[in-house]
Amino acid sequence: MPRFEPSSTQDEVLFRPIEQPASRNFQLAVVALGSIVLFAVFMYVRQLVRGLAVTGMMQPVTWGFYIISFVFFIGISHAGTLISAILRITQAEWRRPITRMAEVITAIVLAIGGLHPIIDMGRPDRLLNVFLSGRLQSPLLWDVASITAYFAGSTVYLFLPLIPDVALLRERNKKHRWLYDFLSWGWQGTERQWQVLHRAINIMMIVVVPIAVSVHTVISYIFAMTLQAGWHSTIFGPYFVVGAIFSGIAALFVAMIAFRSAFGLQAYLKPVHFQQLGKLLLAMSVLWTYFTFCEYLTGFYGSEPAEMKTLLYKTGGRYAPLFWTMVICNFVVPLALLSHRKLRTIPGILAASIAVLIGMWLERLIIVVPSLENPRMPFLTHLYFPSLTEISLFAGAAALFALGFIVFAKFFPIVSVWEIQEGRALALQETEERVSSYLPDEEVARA
Amino acid sequence: MPRWGMVIDLDRCTGCGACMAACKVENNVQIVSIEESQRGRRMHWLRLLTETSGSYPDTQVRTAPNLCMMCDNPPCTKVCPVHATYLGADNLVGQIYPRCIGCRYCMAACPYSVKVFNWSASPPPPGMESILNPDVSVRPQGVVEKCTFCYHRLQAAKEVARAENRPVRDSDYQPACVEACPADAMVFGDLDDELNLVAQLSKTVRAKRALEHLGTEPKVYFLERRDAQV
Repeated sequence: MPRFEPSSTQDEVLFRPIEQPASRNFQLAVVALGSIVLFAVFMYVRQLVRGLAVTGMMQPVTWGFYIISFVFFIGISHAGTLISAILRITQAEWRRPITRMAEVITAIVLAIGGLHPIIDMGRPDRLLNVFLSGRLQSPLLWDVASITAYFAGSTVYLFLPLIPDVALLRERNKKHRWLYDFLSWGWQGTERQWQVLHRAINIMMIVVVPIAVSVHTVISYIFAMTLQAGWHSTIFGPYFVVGAIFSGIAALFVAMIAFRSAFGLQAYLKPVHFQQLGKLLLAMSVLWTYFTFCEYLTGFYGSEPAEMKTLLYKTGGRYAPLFWTMVICNFVVPLALLSHRKLRTIPGILAASIAVLIGMWLERLIIVVPSLENPRMPFLTHLYFPSLTEISLFAGAAALFALGFIVFAKFFPIVSVWEIQEGRALALQETEERVSSYLPDEEVARA
Repeated sequence: MPRWGMVIDLDRCTGCGACMAACKVENNVQIVSIEESQRGRRMHWLRLLTETSGSYPDTQVRTAPNLCMMCDNPPCTKVCPVHATYLGADNLVGQIYPRCIGCRYCMAACPYSVKVFNWSASPPPPGMESILNPDVSVRPQGVVEKCTFCYHRLQAAKEVARAENRPVRDSDYQPACVEACPADAMVFGDLDDELNLVAQLSKTVRAKRALEHLGTEPKVYFLERRDAQV
């Protein structure tokens, strides 16, 4: 007998969005998001025909919105796998309603982020050259390798814990039976299958952590490996990883709050979950601020002319309004809203998360563009401003993310049903045993 | 094998722009529209950098040609994902247009900002088709290009040398910019040949290389203006 058997008749509310006919709001959202995506596709095709001249990029600012989006979206993807893996590894019991959403974010956003370097390419038709004549010495190849590994790892990591839920859907559903039949992969819920599943999840949760860390480290290396002022910095690897987790948690919060109200999941996503994860967001905010401080102080104190020019350009020049908005969004707002229990409410967390998302996007902008606008040679420089194409492709990417998420939610439970039920059935006892194992043995206490 | 290099005497440079024009025509560098040019997308393999100092009427304008420095330790070739830019056998930094994927990483990595990108492909203005140089391939939209020290001229020189059964000599070839300079401000040749003017000039006190502290080891030297030495 397996230790526990998930039931397809409990937790009705989690199945409801899948089984009910599509609501009017859902249809409206799909149409609205779909049209934004379609418009972006149109603009991209136009770019394919006319060349990158349709963007706002030029000499010397040869990287703009696309590379910013690339770094930003891949950063968001760290929400998922990394947070879910860390919470599983540390056996944080409050993870149960959160992990699925986190994993979905990763899979979708990673696919979108990974497209951006291709969108940015002058010759996307030569994409295969990366494999045919790739140079492993180039940081871009490191990116290709680690993003591919991360995408493979995180989709597996999303799929594995989904299997028992798909099996529940197969039991319940008349709709899309073939889909659930196929995706449940012959799941019968035997003891052996549970063992294998748990083992596989345990392996994957360890494996994805170093891959996730490598992904954003390697993305930072694209910049750090050049000699450009403002980029050539040893701190960039960890700085990018911290920023990625930071923006990832913020995106996770936005998704949690949106689905909580749309699907009526108040009973599953309780204030306590927001409280706990809110502390993590606060910690990342402080960590991000510390890294930013280290990065800028080192540049300022050494005051190498080229470095100083870029630094002053960011903090006091053309980018000053954006720079200080970033500091407010990433440090002041989260610190104010999250450090006190009274303010760490759901509206407070939502406000902080949106601020962090804006702030982290600005951070990517402030890393990419000002360094390019300040070349070392006395070059007649131009100022970068994105074109309609770049803006609509960014909007398209964001819309595609939302669309992917709601379509996923239409087919699969957005909260892991079996993990909630497992928590109900086993976790209480297990946790009690675990906690008592931390304490001195009873004989010792008596003696 | 000669180590091709260039010395540019900034005291002799008058800022006339003949090098720029010669380069543009010699290498079939795309002529972009006025609007594109105003957007910062004008294309030059060699451009004149101008620096203005002082205030009117004591304004000083200094000019210096900016072209590929042909670094011995090039930051651009290190980052290329597809081996489209590379340090070749002639110690020159090459660019393979049919392989370039247009990621512009080399442009971001080049501290001298000498690489240019084909943002769009506009046909040459009327009449210009007929003067395209048949020795230099025309680049398609979406690839990066840059100064090659007129590599096609070196190839021609190599063929002559092979026919005459001798190694390529230092005096066999000159890039178009050097040839065009009316002030004789640009000198080109083998940096390793002690008897050569380039080698001698490159070892004088006035000889400086741009952003030398970055360790890129450029093969283009600038002879500082004498008034700048004080």
